[in-house]
Amino acid sequence: MKRKLLTGGVLGAVLVVVMASPALAQEELAPASQFVLDNLWIFIAGVLVYFMQAGFALVEAGLTRSKNVSNIMMKNLMDMSAGVLAFALVGFGIAFGGGELLGGWFGFDIGIAGVEQTTGDGLLPSTFFFFQAAFAATAATIVSGAMAERTKFRSYFVYSFFITALIYPVVLRWTWGGGWLAQLEFPFSDFAGSTIVHATGGWAAMMGAIILGPRLGRYGKDGRPRAIPGHSIPFVVLGVMILFIGWFGFNPGSELAANVFVMQIALKTLLAATAGSVAAMILNWSLDGKPDVSIAANGLLAGLVAITAPVGAVETWAAPVIGAIGGLIVVFSVRLFDRLKVDDPVGAISVHAVAGTFGTLSIALFARYDDAFLGRENAGLFYGGGLDQLGTQLLFVIVHFIFVTTTAGALFLAIRATLGLRVSEEEELIGLDVMEHGSPGYGHDPGIPGTSSVGAESSDRLARS
Amino acid sequence: MLQLVTAVIQPRRLETVKDALKDAGVAGMTVTEARGFGRQGGHTETYRGAEYEVEFVPKVKIEILCGDEDADRIADAIVSAARSGEIGDGKIWVAPVSRAIRIRTGEVGTEAV
Ligand SMILES: Nc1ncnc2c1ncn2[C@@H]1O[C@H](COP(=O)(O)OP(=O)(O)OP(=O)(O)O)[C@@H](O)[C@H]1O
Ligand SMILES: [Mg+2]
Repeated sequence: MKRKLLTGGVLGAVLVVVMASPALAQEELAPASQFVLDNLWIFIAGVLVYFMQAGFALVEAGLTRSKNVSNIMMKNLMDMSAGVLAFALVGFGIAFGGGELLGGWFGFDIGIAGVEQTTGDGLLPSTFFFFQAAFAATAATIVSGAMAERTKFRSYFVYSFFITALIYPVVLRWTWGGGWLAQLEFPFSDFAGSTIVHATGGWAAMMGAIILGPRLGRYGKDGRPRAIPGHSIPFVVLGVMILFIGWFGFNPGSELAANVFVMQIALKTLLAATAGSVAAMILNWSLDGKPDVSIAANGLLAGLVAITAPVGAVETWAAPVIGAIGGLIVVFSVRLFDRLKVDDPVGAISVHAVAGTFGTLSIALFARYDDAFLGRENAGLFYGGGLDQLGTQLLFVIVHFIFVTTTAGALFLAIRATLGLRVSEEEELIGLDVMEHGSPGYGHDPGIPGTSSVGAESSDRLARS
Repeated sequence: MLQLVTAVIQPRRLETVKDALKDAGVAGMTVTEARGFGRQGGHTETYRGAEYEVEFVPKVKIEILCGDEDADRIADAIVSAARSGEIGDGKIWVAPVSRAIRIRTGEVGTEAV
């Protein structure tokens, strides 16, 4: 096998690795080493998922204007901080605690009781909480990009508390928490959270963007979309690459153990991501005549979001197919929301909600293996599994859509009625950095060219006219 | 008397223009990043699938303070160094200056240049 690896070329090597892994399972480790490996790996995977926060912050900062850069960074800092605390205080208990309300549709355990326990087997409760809190923070942070450049900071802060305290945990309870979607005759499948995490953030983002309305100047007097270019493409690409790296914690970590499946999941994640960016670039290039950098970046993310649900259930060849379709979908979806006057400066709705929903449904077609959710092999339509799984996956994404849009919509409307949701027109034109946080993100140094406010003002006038 | 020669040129031509002006013996110049439009009034670009108007095109503005007798020569040097023959090559205008002072020495008029 070693010789084959050396001589067989790249594709040969990949095949050998994939085919060799079941054999490895026979070499069982001593239980104590397995316990340490499991917890250590999930800890590292969790750290990678927290690192994704840096990626989100950079992508969102890059795709918006420099006068709002402190504000978007602050929102990213705070949806993580408030989000983790809210999840510790309330969310985690609702999702995974005991107690049942309304026949198990809601739980009522509060807090993180029991996480200090040290069992000698499986994941420590603290490891599990650490990992799950990273996912909660991910769901929360998706929203800031879609609501960028016009949302009051304090209102966003309140939102980020409630989504991780109440909305996301209920979705968790119904799914990974073992709730009703897991108890169906053909249980739902969403391995690492295309719908549970990404579409929760994505649909909440859509409600936020709709209720806020578009940024000033985003649509001309004739109603036609007018782009407002972001201020740093290097931030966007760096941020997307950080997200890409973080995803190797997100998906392979969702195996919740250090076992032979981890690398298979990593490999499928890799192929889906790269296929997503290439597919999005080619489609966008042929439509617009030039390959837009940020759309190719969105395509990579769409590939990642799409493979997040099916990654445990599908064969390796299917991963780049699913990723590429995710990349194509995102190009059309960004245009569609543009036309519908839903102003999403970073494409968060398209990447997380639309590609995430597609990825979740793709299981019904491509599922070959039992990913520990499906409970059977060959559940996909392409493997003779019929339409049973499609029924479950459709029910799952539809109920999820209704639940998230209703609760997030109600939350944003309640915030609008009390605190107000959108900054004043004056504040939006001047920029949120100075008006909300007291100083500009890049300073006002007359000795540094490009930091004067002259350019910002004239681009405001440009945006307004 | 003193004249102020102001030129708005393509940013990519700045190096050539600076070299030409040094060859012409100018004593100093001021360069400012500027934005503006001429007769064609900007142009359209695409970003993330949507179009947008670039209404103000990036330009460089240069200003040279000089004596009456040098103004035409300097303007001509700029024209030949900055011209590409394509739209947006820029504009030059010359205006009289009533007073100029060199701050360190307090010299005024042509001495100040
Ligand atoms: N009338 C004007 N007043 C002040 N500045 C001007 C005027 N016209 C042009 N400019 C400045 O000069 C820059 C370059 O102008 P431009 O060369 O496009 O002029 P034009 O008359 O349109 O010539 P062309 O047909 O060669 O493009 C503009 O971006 C603007 O900054
Ligand atoms: Mg012109």
